[in-house]
Amino acid sequence: MPGNGFEPVIVGFTCNWCSYRAADTAGMARIKYAPNVRLIRLMCSGRLDPQFVLKALAEGADAVFISGCHPGDCHYIEQNYKTMRRYELLKRTLAQLGIEDGRVKLVWASAAEGAILAEEINKMVAEVKALGPLNWKLEARS
Amino acid sequence: MKRLDEARVGVYVCHCGSNISATVDVENVAKWAGENLPNVICARDNKFMCSSLGQELIEKDIKEQGLTRVVVAACSPHLHEATFRGACQRAGLNPYLFDMVSIREQVSWVISDRAIATEKAKALISGGVRRVIHNEPLEPILVDINPNVLVVGGGIAGIQAALEIADSGSHVYLVEREPSLGGHMAQFDKTFPTLDCSACILTPKMYSAGNHKNITLLTYSEVEKVDGFIGNFTVKIRQRARKVKIELCTGCGACEEKCPKKVVDDVFEAGLGFRKAIYRPFPQAVPKYPVIDVENCTFFQRGTCKACEKFCPTGAIDFKQEDEIITVNVGNVILATGFDLFDSRRIPQYGYGRLANVFTSLEFERLSNAAGPTGGKVVLRDGVTVPQSVAIVHCAGSRDRNYNKYCSAICCMQSLKFAHLVKERTGARVYNFYIDIRTSAKAYDEFYQHIIEEGILFVRGKVAEVTDAARLSGEEGKLIVQVEDTLVGKQRRIPVDMVILSAGLEPRHDAKEVGKKFGISCSMDGWFIERHPKLDPVATMTDGIFIAGACQGPKDIPAAVSQGAAAAARVQGLISQRQISLEPVRASVDAEKCSGCRICNTMCPFNAIAFLADRQVTEINPALCQGCGTCVSACPAGAITGTHFSNEQIMAQIEGVLMLDLRQMAMA
Repeated sequence: MPGNGFEPVIVGFTCNWCSYRAADTAGMARIKYAPNVRLIRLMCSGRLDPQFVLKALAEGADAVFISGCHPGDCHYIEQNYKTMRRYELLKRTLAQLGIEDGRVKLVWASAAEGAILAEEINKMVAEVKALGPLNWKLEARS
Repeated sequence: MKRLDEARVGVYVCHCGSNISATVDVENVAKWAGENLPNVICARDNKFMCSSLGQELIEKDIKEQGLTRVVVAACSPHLHEATFRGACQRAGLNPYLFDMVSIREQVSWVISDRAIATEKAKALISGGVRRVIHNEPLEPILVDINPNVLVVGGGIAGIQAALEIADSGSHVYLVEREPSLGGHMAQFDKTFPTLDCSACILTPKMYSAGNHKNITLLTYSEVEKVDGFIGNFTVKIRQRARKVKIELCTGCGACEEKCPKKVVDDVFEAGLGFRKAIYRPFPQAVPKYPVIDVENCTFFQRGTCKACEKFCPTGAIDFKQEDEIITVNVGNVILATGFDLFDSRRIPQYGYGRLANVFTSLEFERLSNAAGPTGGKVVLRDGVTVPQSVAIVHCAGSRDRNYNKYCSAICCMQSLKFAHLVKERTGARVYNFYIDIRTSAKAYDEFYQHIIEEGILFVRGKVAEVTDAARLSGEEGKLIVQVEDTLVGKQRRIPVDMVILSAGLEPRHDAKEVGKKFGISCSMDGWFIERHPKLDPVATMTDGIFIAGACQGPKDIPAAVSQGAAAAARVQGLISQRQISLEPVRASVDAEKCSGCRICNTMCPFNAIAFLADRQVTEINPALCQGCGTCVSACPAGAITGTHFSNEQIMAQIEGVLMLDLRQMAMA
């Protein structure tokens, strides 16, 4: 059960052009936000294979945070629309596996929106803290 | 190709002065990496990895320790990935066998607790090391640069860019959708702060562009389709039918004179004046050939008239002329498509469109222009009455949450210019209603001081309403400006004869479609997005496509000219390189694994994915592929691999950041 001191470990996927630069912007503005998200850089949110999300959750992550360019602003024109479609289907699959809705989140952030990205991460960390650890593979955790 | 056992990884943790080391225990992290992470042969920390000493450290280790992979944990890869790739390359290591982990923007600058920050740094570096082991050596793709250039938009920014490139010896295709070059600048009367006549400074450049041996002028034309990539674009341009044979037309203007059909000119004259159905937008038009406005021409609508054909001395009228599709090959494109004026009817309380004597800025430019519909007389809508009091409203539609939040950059100077012109022409009492006075560029504030000295009345307050509903004495028959005079702290009703709205600048109504054709995006406000707002304002995220002028954001003429010249210089730089290398982050299909399901075929906005019908497999063109990876994740058979962001690399990075192997080792 969620108790004191549980700090979720969250794997984050960002796109090279918008959301990764948003994280850079948050850093440049010295915005302090929850440290729980470990970002992995992809060229585009469209590169996000749903297998990556499942892998992260299976290997010990309590949640997955996905971020990309705003619809209409994708550096590769329209690939984030594909991300949106895959995300919706993935959520349904995850629900069937019993994974709570708050554990996988898709957020759009443009390169200038460092503060927004930080806020979204803070919100997600608080939500996952309340949900508690995922414990997908009990034996993998020490 | 599993090199897991063979990889020899060097890890370098940067202090970045104290930017990282103040929060992250960098010595501890380096030591930890050397002792705990797989395949790490050496792990060092250094005060400034990006310095020449730091880079030499990497080069030395590659040579002496036989490193086959390098990880630098420092600032953002957007800053120094290229720097360290260069160091690797100099030491003989393929630059793509390098990975950069950000522990500054992502760790030391965003976390206060030292222990937590150090732990996160370790996790991210663990991810980087696990990933880099799977990196493959890659060679950049070389492409030739076609020296031809396409400039879209014949306003001042586009003209400037075209002239500079043409002067340097390369060929330019200058495409303009209106029948003449000039853009909005051709409509203005005087330009600030010098009060130069706009047409006088613009028309020499228009003429040069129209007659330059290295410029192919395509007016009354629009780009229909763009294919290709930097250095090698194929562009289809629709040259609309003027219905005039330009090889015969002498520009004498007889057709225009004799044409019986008058049309309200809502483009050049901003709706204040008329033109004919066969017309040139203005007398100094370049090129000088007229066009027939088919929708308003009596012949095209009803089959009669043909006065132009009767009176043309050279027989240049050709009613049967068709649009022509021209295909050109260019290496680079500059978009200089300009702006649209904010539609003041969206602010009903200002009365534009309902109250006759409320004018927009462009309407006033035409009133004031000696070649305009009133011959330069500043008069009311009746065409006769000279106003005795005029209100100039700043920020109409700008700096406003209800319309556009941004400042349109030119309206303060424009409003001051209007104040001066009105005073000069009419001697009227002039009020400027402002929020702030933004006159920051060279000689601008001096201009403002001069205007104050002319006796213009300034009221600091955003106008709430313009109404003709008289309430107090002296308001009958007037337009009343209702405003809070914030410096005095009172509501005021100021009766005037004429109101000029300094309407804001907006992106062109079709900017998004145009951007899509060229593969660039627009910001939330609709302006084209530049590569970096401070350091790279004329390049875009798409190689080979540049932007200049107001289409990138509201700006004045000097700034537009500067950007046109800047874009031209960037293009000239690419042309002189003749050949450039493209990042080899690409997707490719393993034909053996491809089942021909074609799910990926619809994924690519760059048309890089093609289905080979004879072999029933899909193939990806590496030159067109931009490396987004969307098709990679779409393939159900895993037949598509993405270089530098392969499944192996990312899966390893996931395991790395979760420190999976370390926890397993701890439990074993």
